[in-house]
Amino acid sequence: MSPAPAIPPLEEGRAAGPLLEVRAVAKRFDAHEVLKRISINVAAGEFITLLGESGSGKTTMLRLIAGFEQPSSGEIWMNGERLDTLPPYKRRVNTVFQQYALFPHLNVRDNVAYGLRVTNAPSNEIDTRVADALRMVKMDSFASARPVTLSGGQQQRVALARALVNRPLLLLLDEPLSALDANLRKEMQSELKSLQREVGITFLFVTHDQDEAMALSDRIALLRNGALEQIASPREIYSRPATAYTAQFIGQTNLLRAEIRSGIATCGALRWPTSAPDGMAFFSLRPEAIRLADAVVNSAANFAANSPAKEARFTAIVKQQLYGGASELLEVDCGGQTLRVKIPARGPLSGNQDFSFSAQDAVRVAE
Amino acid sequence: MYSRAYKSIISLPPLLWVGLFLLLPYALMLAHSFWVVRDGFIVHQWNLQNYRTLATNPVYAEVLLRSMRIAASVTLCSLLLGYPLAYYLSFHAGARREILYQLVIVPLWVSYLVRGYAWKTILGSDGVLNGFLQYLHLTNAPVGFLLYSPFAVILMLTHIYTPFVFLPIYAALEHIPRPVVEASQDLGASPLKTFLRVILPLSLPGLLAGATFAFVLSLGDFLAPLLVGGASGTMIANIVQSLFGAAYDWPLGAAISVCILLITVTLLFLTERFEKRWSFR
Repeated sequence: MSPAPAIPPLEEGRAAGPLLEVRAVAKRFDAHEVLKRISINVAAGEFITLLGESGSGKTTMLRLIAGFEQPSSGEIWMNGERLDTLPPYKRRVNTVFQQYALFPHLNVRDNVAYGLRVTNAPSNEIDTRVADALRMVKMDSFASARPVTLSGGQQQRVALARALVNRPLLLLLDEPLSALDANLRKEMQSELKSLQREVGITFLFVTHDQDEAMALSDRIALLRNGALEQIASPREIYSRPATAYTAQFIGQTNLLRAEIRSGIATCGALRWPTSAPDGMAFFSLRPEAIRLADAVVNSAANFAANSPAKEARFTAIVKQQLYGGASELLEVDCGGQTLRVKIPARGPLSGNQDFSFSAQDAVRVAE
Repeated sequence: MYSRAYKSIISLPPLLWVGLFLLLPYALMLAHSFWVVRDGFIVHQWNLQNYRTLATNPVYAEVLLRSMRIAASVTLCSLLLGYPLAYYLSFHAGARREILYQLVIVPLWVSYLVRGYAWKTILGSDGVLNGFLQYLHLTNAPVGFLLYSPFAVILMLTHIYTPFVFLPIYAALEHIPRPVVEASQDLGASPLKTFLRVILPLSLPGLLAGATFAFVLSLGDFLAPLLVGGASGTMIANIVQSLFGAAYDWPLGAAISVCILLITVTLLFLTERFEKRWSFR
């Protein structure tokens, strides 16, 4: 037996440093600036989502990485090599297109084999790899079918197999689930997630659906008007949004414009302690961070008693109550200010009620 | 729901049209092809003499073969010009696309005859082309084969039918979803491989339609050979024309027409079957 090398060779795509580096990339179409100097690093094996409204530049970013557009300035690197100067067909990047873009003149098997054939893979290898890929997406029984005869979900799976069979270093997914109906969508979401774990390929996923982004991603890059608003894990981006836009785009929130004076923030009838410097500031307070005060007394009386300074209390009138099964969503009026409150389901409420929230849950956000 | 009477009234004019101007002439042509001319009169006596003449006299086969060769050359030349043009317009022309498209279409508005005479002026011994060649001292005497030759016929017909080939190919190329083309490149296919494996197969129905146009229309053309073909460029339609005119042998002319019709119909039947097989939507 030959001795093992002292330093094991780095597995391809798992080199030290980020797999993909987007360095200060900007893109203009005529006078319109679609992307404004965006920098993102993507680690190997990561599931990263570009999230944003339509027109935020997320699809343009994906097309730059795939090679269908050229950056106006900036560079894209993959695995320590310059990527943006290569034509699309020389990049070890594959794309799952929004409308799947299967070849209509080829059957499922030939669609999946396409990438291997055009890159002259050995023919015996092609057959096994295509069969494996089709089995992976549970489409092996449709190998001879033409794409037109398949449903949206089936075409989706074929598109996935067609891209993954080439073992790309990076898989780009351009709103791949948006054409599917709600139930199929949920199902495909979980399949996509387990598929990514199984193959270990880095996924760069584009969507406008924040729930989808939260459910699937290791990290979310939120784009707004061509600029990177925030990039963080779903939990962090939800609990510590950096800006008012992020707080409102990801989940629901109460955006409070408060005046801070010597460690106390005041917004209408609401007052809570803060470490922020004096002046005006915006705070995001999630609806579920607000509790009914009686519940606090019953369940966390000690906490409230021990740290009264960290607990903010207020009285508000319940204006509306939306029952949602496990929880209820209240709209309450607190001295002319409307707040959303999400509490565990507990029966009808009306009139004046006491509420409270922890001061730390009021997250200071940039405007 | 429309009433029966309404339906029959609405469908009467087109039926009359088809009957009077299509079915009746075809029937007359078929009938004539089985009659003969005797002492300057058409005798309504059923026989196969005309078809026997066509089979035994090599002149007719020769002209028919020449016509098919010319039609095939025209088809090939129109495809070689029309396909790249359509491809360029559909995929690479960008902002110039509209104006180029109009430029391709405009010649269709110019009378066929005018274009024929234009070629006469260009190709003749005192023509523009010969004048230019002599001005450059490339030749001393006028080049003769330019006019009154199969070459001139092919040139003129190619000029006339290239837009007819261009249009269906362009339409087919425009129908190819661009993400499909991008998917091919994304999967590692170079532009050439993308063309050969995706664009060309998906444009085949249009290509076939264009080729059929060019071949069928050229095969039956008689003005181009009349204007620029000369003796060596005579085509089958000229024979038919002279048989119906000066020679006054309508039955033989009808028999030739039936043969051409059979060739054309067979061709159309085959191309339609291929188009069906190659269309994917």
